[in-house]
Amino acid sequence: MGTRPGGATAAAELAAPGTRLPRPGLVTVLWRFCRKKPLGAAGGVVMLLMVLTAVFSNYLATHDPIATDAAHTLARPSPEHWLGSDHLGRDIYSRIVHGAWVSLIVGLGSTLLGSVLGGIIGLLSGYFGGKTDLFTQRIMDILQGLPLLVLAMVVAAALGPSIQNVIIAISIPIVPRAGRVIRSSVLTIREMQYVEAARGLGVGHLRIAFRHILPNTMGPFIVLATAQLGSAILVEAALSFLGVGVPEPHPSWGRMLSVSAAEYAQKAPHLVLFPGFAISLAVFGSNLLGDALRDTLDPRLRGA
Amino acid sequence: MSVVIFVLLRLAPGNMVDILFSTGGYVSESDKQAIMKELGIDRPVWVQYLDWLRDLMTGNLGKSYRYDLPAWEIIKPLLPVTIELAILSTIIAILLGVPTGVISAVRQDTALDYALRVFSLAGLSMPSFWLGMVIILVVVAWIGWIPPMTYVSPAENFKIHLVQFLLPALAVGYRSSALIARITRSALLEVMREDYIRTAWAKGQSGRVVIWRHALKNAMLPVITVIGIEFAFLIGGLVVTETVFNLPGVARLLVQAILWRDYPVVQNLVMLIAVVVILSNLFVDMLYGWLDPRVRYGD
Repeated sequence: MGTRPGGATAAAELAAPGTRLPRPGLVTVLWRFCRKKPLGAAGGVVMLLMVLTAVFSNYLATHDPIATDAAHTLARPSPEHWLGSDHLGRDIYSRIVHGAWVSLIVGLGSTLLGSVLGGIIGLLSGYFGGKTDLFTQRIMDILQGLPLLVLAMVVAAALGPSIQNVIIAISIPIVPRAGRVIRSSVLTIREMQYVEAARGLGVGHLRIAFRHILPNTMGPFIVLATAQLGSAILVEAALSFLGVGVPEPHPSWGRMLSVSAAEYAQKAPHLVLFPGFAISLAVFGSNLLGDALRDTLDPRLRGA
Repeated sequence: MSVVIFVLLRLAPGNMVDILFSTGGYVSESDKQAIMKELGIDRPVWVQYLDWLRDLMTGNLGKSYRYDLPAWEIIKPLLPVTIELAILSTIIAILLGVPTGVISAVRQDTALDYALRVFSLAGLSMPSFWLGMVIILVVVAWIGWIPPMTYVSPAENFKIHLVQFLLPALAVGYRSSALIARITRSALLEVMREDYIRTAWAKGQSGRVVIWRHALKNAMLPVITVIGIEFAFLIGGLVVTETVFNLPGVARLLVQAILWRDYPVVQNLVMLIAVVVILSNLFVDMLYGWLDPRVRYGD
C-alpha cells in the first residue's frame, strides 16, 4: 500500500466521501515517464512521428506517391527527389510518407484484433484448466504450429489482396501467441494464495479471472501487444515483399523492397536502404515503447 | 502424453486441408468434392487417419501438380539446406542472445545495458530479408566480393558453401537473438527480485553463483518458451531469407508452391512444419513441469 502525503487530500476525502484521491495529471505522468525511461520516451516520439506522418501524409509528401516519371528513373537523392526515385521514376520520399499510413493501419488493426481475442482465450483457458484448457491449447497448437509469416501468407493468399484482408491475415497468427503468453502467466498466478483467498471468500470464477488475475498478466500482455505491433508491421512488409500483401496502388514499405528493388540494388542502393530504414525505425520505436511500458506498468517491478 | 500426440497428429492434416481449400479462392462445390475425393478427405476421420499413417509409412505423400513428381521427391533434396540454415541460425541466436540478456539484466539501467538493449532491439526491428539485402550490399561494396547467388554444395567448395550459409544465418540469427536477449533480460530481472535471491545474497554467495545458478535457472522458463517458439519463428524468417539469398531450401519452395497453388507440396510442407513446431511445443510444456514445480498439470 502506498501512502500519500498531505493531510489536505485526506481532509478532502473526508469532506466528500465519494471523491477519490486526486490522480497525477496526464502531463505529470508523461513527464515522469520521460525522465525515468528516456529510451521508451524516444520510442514514443518515434511512434508519435509515425502517426503524424501517416495523418498528414498529403501535406508532407512532395510528389504524388503513385505518379510515374519515365524521365527520372532511379534518380539519386537530390533536392528534387529527396530520397531518390525508383525504377518507374516514383518519388521514394513521398512513397515512404504515404507508406506510413498503410503500415500503421495494418499494424494497429491486426495487433488489436489478434491480442485481445488471444488474451481472453488464454485467460479463460489457463484459469479453468482441465479439459477446456487441453482442448483450447490443442487448437492453439495447430494454429501456432505454423510460423506467423507462413500462416499469414496462406490466409492472405486465400482472402485475396486488400488492406482489410491483410489485417485479418496478420491477426490470426497473433491469437495463439497472445493466448499462450497470458495462459503461462495465469498458470502460475492462479496457484497463488491471494487467488485461493478470493475463492475462499466466495468470489465468482469470472470475477476472479478478470478482476484478480487479469491485472497481474498485464505486464506480459502489454509487452506482447507492443512487440506484436512491431512484428505485425514486419509481417506486412514481408507479405508485401513476397507479393501477397497490400495491393497496388497503395505504397507499402515492404513492396518497395521487393524483387524489382533487389534487381536495381547494385545500381541504386537508395532503393533498398530507405524503405528498410523506415520499417526498422517504426518497429524499433514500437519495441522501445513496449519495453519501457512493461517496466512501468508491471506492478511487481514498480519502484525498483 | 502419447494420446495427446495421437490426437494432435490426427487433427493437423484435416485442418491443413481446410486451409488449402480456402487458398484456392473460387473453388466450386463440385470441384471441391472432386478434390476432396482425390485427396481422400471425403471419408471418415479415422479412415483418413489410418490412410495417412499408412501413406506416411510408405512414403507416399501425393504428387506435385506442377512437376508431376511425388511431393516428397521435391521436398527431400531441399531439406538439408533448410535444416543446416536453421541450426546455424539457432546457434548464432543463443550464443548472442543469452549472454547479452544476462549482462543487460545484471547491469540494469547502466550505459552498457542501454547499449546492449538498443543493439538487440535493433535486431528485432530489422526485417531479416532487408538485413540480408544490406549484408549483400555491404559485402559487395566494401570487400568487393560478390557472393555466388547460386547454390554451392559443400562437396563442391566447402568454404564458399559455409560463407553462403553464414551470411543468411547471421541475418536470421541476429534477429532471433534479439528476442532471446530481450526475454532473458526481463525474466532475469523479475527473478532477481524474488526473496530467495535476496537470501542467496544474504548468505554471502558471490554474484556469479547467485546469477548463474540461482536466478538463471528460474529465469530460463520463459526463455525456453521463446527458443521453442523460435522454431516456428525461424522458419518464418527463412521463408524470406532463402528467397533473398536464393538458397534452394524448403522455405523458398513453400513460397513458390503457394504462388503456384501446388497444393500437395504446400500441404506436406505445412504438415512438416506443423509437426516440427508441435513437437517442440510439447517438449517445452514438459520442460515447464521439470523446471518449475509450481506448474503442475492435473490428469
